[in-house]
Amino acid sequence: MVHGAIAERHGTPDQRSGQTAPTGNYAAQGDNLAERTRKKLPIAAIIATIPLMIESVGVYIFGIGLSVYFSFTNTVVFPDYKLVGFKQYERLWSTDVWITAVKNIWIFGILSIIANLVFGYLLAVFMDQRIKQEDLLRTIFLYPFAMSLIVTGLVWQWVLDPNYGLTATMHELGWTSFYFSPLNDANTALYGLVVAGVWQGAGVTMAILLAGLRGVDAEIWKAARVDGIPAWRTYLFIALPMMRGAVATVLVLQCIGVLRIYDIIVSMTGAGPGNATMMPAVYVLQYLSDRQNAAQGMAAATTMLLPVVLVLIAVGLFRLFRRRKVVTL
Amino acid sequence: MTRTMLVAALAAATVLSGSAARATDLEVIHWWTSPGETAAVHTFRDAFNNDGQGDKWVDDAIADGNTARSTDMSRIQGGDPPGASQFNPGREYEELIKNNQLLDLTDLATAGNWAKLIRPAEVASGCIVDGHWWCVPVNIHSWNWGWYSKAAFKTAGLPEPKDFQEYMADLPKLKAAGIIPFAIGGDGGGWQIAGAFGVIQTEELGHADRDKILHDKDLTLAGGPKMKQVFADFKTLSQNSDSGYANRNWNDTWKLVDSGKAALQIMGDWARGEFAAKGEVGTKDFGCMIGLDEAHPTVSTDGDVFVFPKQTDPDKEAAQKRLANLIISPAVQLAFNNAKGSAPVRGDVDLSNADPCMQKTLDVLNNHPEDIVTGAQRWLSNDTTNQMNDLFTKFFNDPNYTVDQAQADYVKIIQNAN
Repeated sequence: MVHGAIAERHGTPDQRSGQTAPTGNYAAQGDNLAERTRKKLPIAAIIATIPLMIESVGVYIFGIGLSVYFSFTNTVVFPDYKLVGFKQYERLWSTDVWITAVKNIWIFGILSIIANLVFGYLLAVFMDQRIKQEDLLRTIFLYPFAMSLIVTGLVWQWVLDPNYGLTATMHELGWTSFYFSPLNDANTALYGLVVAGVWQGAGVTMAILLAGLRGVDAEIWKAARVDGIPAWRTYLFIALPMMRGAVATVLVLQCIGVLRIYDIIVSMTGAGPGNATMMPAVYVLQYLSDRQNAAQGMAAATTMLLPVVLVLIAVGLFRLFRRRKVVTL
Repeated sequence: MTRTMLVAALAAATVLSGSAARATDLEVIHWWTSPGETAAVHTFRDAFNNDGQGDKWVDDAIADGNTARSTDMSRIQGGDPPGASQFNPGREYEELIKNNQLLDLTDLATAGNWAKLIRPAEVASGCIVDGHWWCVPVNIHSWNWGWYSKAAFKTAGLPEPKDFQEYMADLPKLKAAGIIPFAIGGDGGGWQIAGAFGVIQTEELGHADRDKILHDKDLTLAGGPKMKQVFADFKTLSQNSDSGYANRNWNDTWKLVDSGKAALQIMGDWARGEFAAKGEVGTKDFGCMIGLDEAHPTVSTDGDVFVFPKQTDPDKEAAQKRLANLIISPAVQLAFNNAKGSAPVRGDVDLSNADPCMQKTLDVLNNHPEDIVTGAQRWLSNDTTNQMNDLFTKFFNDPNYTVDQAQADYVKIIQNAN
């Protein structure tokens, strides 16, 4: 039981999600605690969440249910309720453009998340050096996140334009062999998108990781200094593992952003050149609106939902088994 | 006393403002945004605003056709339909008709004798479903044109091309002279690329075979040697274009030909509207190769129509009918089509002063109906059209996508066309 207690208190309070999972510790007082909480049931809070519950069930769950249903029909623009089996899914997985989209989102996702983490952490380490202008610098680094992705995409499209942007400026300054216009070539367009995505996301990553860094116990830093460990080692191998909560938060935010990516694609490349930067969400919306084949779009959307559902199930099972282990201790 | 006067004044103001609010505003969604197109749509706007019934044209121009049409769909589905919408004749609005969302214009058509007035019959048939009229045809546009720069051919020391095969032979000399031999833009999902392909396909296969593939879905012809040649020629053209085509729209591409930087653009005759907006005259200031073969011209019955989504307000419906009648009237047809570069749908409009290129179209329409082809989008759904756009875009873009692979995928699309 002592083992379980220490395991529970690992990590600083602000990184916990705020739930108190019943562990071996509380099992003894279980009934009393449950009784006490039941008497103090917060009616006001429950009433306040009723609109959210209605919206969640009515809009999200109902909407998702309808989408899944329509993915098994031939709906073009107006609803057609006749079921046709897996026809849309067969077409989906034999469409070149969709395969490209799936490939692209993996490449873009992994590159973008790694780049964001690396740059975000570097910026956080930089900001952790007790600079005088820390607030000002933090605001500046956070500004890109405040810009909508459409504006970000458009600005970067101009910056990366060979006739007007960075390339042209460098040429005018005399550096004529400079060429940085990845968006014009189907093979490198994806990397141009990563650049814009990192520019936009590194700031908020920095802010979260900085908070995580600050949450690491001051004693750790002192102990590391006394032991003669160089600063970069401390940051990388001691502080970072202790910031699991912050890193997890960043990863979740990044994954959500990557899976949903749409506006930056539309404004930066229009899924071009050709269909080289197509992404699943862009595919879904194209088929829902421009191409008037709603059933195909919904099949793609349901397919996008699958990995999320699988991850949720996996996490749920993991939590279930982990809790059981602690209780039996 | 003052109080009564105040109440009286308020009552009068309410009544007056009430009657002013009865003037009908019709919101019109269209995608005519280039200089020539804007000049043309203003003729509609001015006619409607000045029709003496207090009508007002609320312009809602959306630059990309795909976006405009999907805006129409979502607004009609969402219960906030526009007053009038531009479409191309074909299957784009068949869902709207099926679901009873459009105003029935049959009574207008019978009263105005549209069936007799509109020529050729293929133009009217785009609006007639089950014996009812659901839209009003606005113009006749032909896709089958090659617009070329006389200056560019002169610089390269070449005579002006009379047909497509001669133009293909000219490509190396044009390139050597520093001119972009083939100008095209890749925006909007590849509609320009697909359109150019269709024009070349019609020229090389001939009307009968082309109709067999696109209407009868003949797979043997689609996979045959003639189509292979079309793909091969298109591949050659993709190697004779410039690198900036990726997201370029059609009128910026047209500018390349107009300025002499590029030799030829395959584009519908709305391009002539751009020349007209600059005051240029066909065959004198620029070249127009009809059907890509002067000896065997082709005119397609593409063009535009206006549909009128159902409204709940009977005043609005009356205004919609007024607009429909104005659009088909001879004066408006003359003004609009002159600015637009298209041919009027009525045969009784006096076009003796029309541009020489337009005269070529009119000659076919009036005297050689056997040279008219029906636009392919009458037969192909939006989905199939977009699949073809994807295919031709990839073919134009990717040097590793071979002629045989592309033709095999083309056959598959025709096979699965719904």
